[in-house]
Amino acid sequence: MYIIVVGAGKVGWNLARELLEKDHEVTLIEADRRRYLTVEQELEHNISYGDASELWVLERAGIQRADMVIAVTGDDEDNMLICQVAREKYLVAQIIARVNNPRNRQHFDLLGVKPSVSATDLILRLLEHEVPEYGLVHLLDLQEEQLEIIEMLLGKDSGVTGRRVGDLQMPDGSLLISVLRAGKGFVPSADTVLEEGDEILAVLDPGKEEDLKILFGPKSNGGTVAN
Amino acid sequence: MLHEGHDVSCLDEDPESHARLEVGLEKSWEDLGGQFTVGAGLETEALEAAGIERADVFIASTDGDNTNIIIAQIAQRRYEVPTVIARVLDPLRAEWYQRQGLNTVCPTRVAIDMLEDAVREAGGRGNGTPSGATEAA
Repeated sequence: MYIIVVGAGKVGWNLARELLEKDHEVTLIEADRRRYLTVEQELEHNISYGDASELWVLERAGIQRADMVIAVTGDDEDNMLICQVAREKYLVAQIIARVNNPRNRQHFDLLGVKPSVSATDLILRLLEHEVPEYGLVHLLDLQEEQLEIIEMLLGKDSGVTGRRVGDLQMPDGSLLISVLRAGKGFVPSADTVLEEGDEILAVLDPGKEEDLKILFGPKSNGGTVAN
Repeated sequence: MLHEGHDVSCLDEDPESHARLEVGLEKSWEDLGGQFTVGAGLETEALEAAGIERADVFIASTDGDNTNIIIAQIAQRRYEVPTVIARVLDPLRAEWYQRQGLNTVCPTRVAIDMLEDAVREAGGRGNGTPSGATEAA
């Protein structure tokens, strides 16, 4: 594949290096002269100097034949514009944009710049996994499909421990898909009895998290009274 | 625009910019009916505080081409402002986005046209430019 990477900061430089090691053809574009000269000592002809939001710089890098453009500069507007131009003007098949400020992700979505990657969001997700608030962890958001998959640990005060799965009144728009017990996962049947320490995985429509927290959460939150 | 009787709201990251608005005015910007909001153009809260939801016209004229192009598209698509204009210094970007349906104003293009006119005018009077020399011949 021919891949253009814009921005030779830590992310861009390492990304370009990894892609070259995987035998892709790569051009890295950097607008800062000093940074360009530093990286050029290692990447030589695989880095090009210029402002990639200028169309002629992209054309000089051969964007017409690029299979993928990855914009990872520290500036969200630049990343959005470069990816938008790459896809809509030069018909590049695959784009990936870096989101620096997570609050700007809505703008990336609005302009159709997808997929976008935000390090802050990723770290927040990891944090959420390590320190689950209310015990409910987002494992996967399928934005296009409007579904999400969550994980929840059943504490000793959970209202569902000791109950059969078949007796649970799962909220509409949610489905229990798997139980992790003692390091092993299985698909529960109606006769499976939930135990303390079980981690349950559920697929649900967005917005059903609260209902699940009530059902699987502590008894005091109404866990004993399903729905 | 304020003097023509329009309601004008300015959004700028720098609170000091407010003073620049009042240069040459006999009253304060607010007394004349103007609005001033401090904030970044990419922040939806700032745009909304500046009144984008009821705007008839939105002009993006920061000193960054890409910022203007992105904010103008946000005004167009998210807030559906009827008239949106973006200042874009780079002629190539201005031209392409214009063709995509974004109203762009390119000061560089305007300056080039004016300079060319000035050169032609000077040339027409035959005062030493190459084109003037040719015409004289």
